[in-house]
Amino acid sequence: MTAAPLTLDVTSTPPIPFSRIVGVEMRKMTDTRAGRWLLITIVALTALIEIIFFATADSQDRTFFNFMGVTATPQGLLLPVLGILLVTQEWGQRTALTTFSTVPIRSRVIWAKVVAALLFALAALVIALAIGCLATAVGGSDHAWDGVGLDDVGKFALVQFSGIIQGLGFALLWLNTAAAIVTYFVAPQVWSILVNVIHGLSKVGPWLDLNDAQSPMLDGSHMVGKDWWQLLTASLVWIVLPFVVGFWRVLRSELK
Amino acid sequence: MIKVEGVTRVYGSYTAVDDISFECRPGKVTGFLGPNGAGKSTTMRIMVGLTAATKGRVTIGGRLYGDIPNPGRHVGVLLDATAQHGGRTGREVLMLGALTMGLPKTKVDELLALVSLTPREAKRRVKDYSLGMKQRLGIAYALLGDPQVLILDEPANGLDPAGIRWMRGLLKSYADRGGTVLLSSHLLHEVEQIADEMILIGQGRIVAQGDKESLLAGAGPAQTLVTALDNDALAAALAAAGLETDTAGIGLRVHAAPVDVGRVAADKQIVLTDLRAGGAGLEDLFLQLTAETQRDDALGTPAQPASTQPGPVQPGQMPSGPIQSGPVA
Repeated sequence: MTAAPLTLDVTSTPPIPFSRIVGVEMRKMTDTRAGRWLLITIVALTALIEIIFFATADSQDRTFFNFMGVTATPQGLLLPVLGILLVTQEWGQRTALTTFSTVPIRSRVIWAKVVAALLFALAALVIALAIGCLATAVGGSDHAWDGVGLDDVGKFALVQFSGIIQGLGFALLWLNTAAAIVTYFVAPQVWSILVNVIHGLSKVGPWLDLNDAQSPMLDGSHMVGKDWWQLLTASLVWIVLPFVVGFWRVLRSELK
Repeated sequence: MIKVEGVTRVYGSYTAVDDISFECRPGKVTGFLGPNGAGKSTTMRIMVGLTAATKGRVTIGGRLYGDIPNPGRHVGVLLDATAQHGGRTGREVLMLGALTMGLPKTKVDELLALVSLTPREAKRRVKDYSLGMKQRLGIAYALLGDPQVLILDEPANGLDPAGIRWMRGLLKSYADRGGTVLLSSHLLHEVEQIADEMILIGQGRIVAQGDKESLLAGAGPAQTLVTALDNDALAAALAAAGLETDTAGIGLRVHAAPVDVGRVAADKQIVLTDLRAGGAGLEDLFLQLTAETQRDDALGTPAQPASTQPGPVQPGQMPSGPIQSGPVA
């Protein structure tokens, strides 16, 4: 029997690099059926909706901006679900036990999931833009590229990115797929209805309605200072707040 | 190597783990025993930082688990073999671990072979695994990073007898190479053959600890089970020697050590067909000690250490847990 020391020699063990955790988190989204099909569906629907638009829209409407714009609906619906699954599959399948004993600093795992989510959203955006470019080049209208700037792409990206982070935040908050999906889709609608029904809320409503605040980001309208401020306040309440509370919950919670 | 210092975990008014302290040494297998719900799993989760201790702390090799860089390379952990994504293949589960820990992919196949999961089984989804296969996979994951310490919660659960024997051999040789092993069980016979040290826990408290011999030494006066060709003659001889006897099955139970009984038989030239120690075994001791905590709880007095004289086993006070085998709480 070998006499072993009572301490661990960790001098030759470097900490796990963050990029490796991000890579593993992305892999976890592709190595299960649910995750793989979700990714395939996002790509397929993005392509499909652009093809349908190409086939059905009037020729003068076939602009790059519109090709990009039509992908907002399928991606806006499915990217947040991807963000939710990134988190909740760990709790639903209880892999959190393994994940957080392999990487015990929980915040690193959560930030890795955030980066993984953004990389998926970026990939979805690139695919949407690539198909949009192709469609525009093949059969776009005469002025298909007019008035489209990087700012439009940037705004579009910002909305999609914030959608996936919002999903992730709701998932951290509930740690449960069903609850996260339901509240993600229903709560903003309920709020909109309340604002319409209750007179006292009409003043604060626009400042806290994320859908309304985001719509000028997607329709190409010129945004003034107030629009940006409303986007900021609505985002703080619907994206940042759930994320921060959920983050805190995961750092503190007991993992069983 | 593993040092548990005054660890307490309270849930509201319920104390799951109550001021537990013990150490696990390198080169030794430490068995962590107790009925279901005794606080074993909670203690082990506290060790790896998944549950926060209300009081006290656990260090592994002098460090908190969360302060160990890339802990999978130093501490192998299996807390719940069923806590795996059913949609992943066994191989993929290990691959995720290998990627996170920064290990070569060959390590995955090496470990699959070590735990006897065939390449075909490794390609199947975990949801199609039996509990025993999940345990093998979990043990493979724990061993992936060549750790110096193993923390295994109920690793024998679901393994067939051959599997349990395999696991014993694996852990024994791991400890012989200088590794530190802590494994929990609610079934004593799973661990008594390999554990160098045993920690008995009941109702969140340590009720006894030590090696097998010292635990048995505290288990009450020696008794012997003996059968002779002529039991009546033996009983008479033992009575003449001043030893108290009862009938037990086809033989006798003697309130003395086997050597004393053997000597009487030899003197009187009585042919024995069976002679063995009949005192309380570890299983009895285990039940009795954990039952004792329940009794002490009811009286509101603190648990007694094992060195106090325990009374005879009272079946009515056996906790319901230890006989059953089931999923980890």
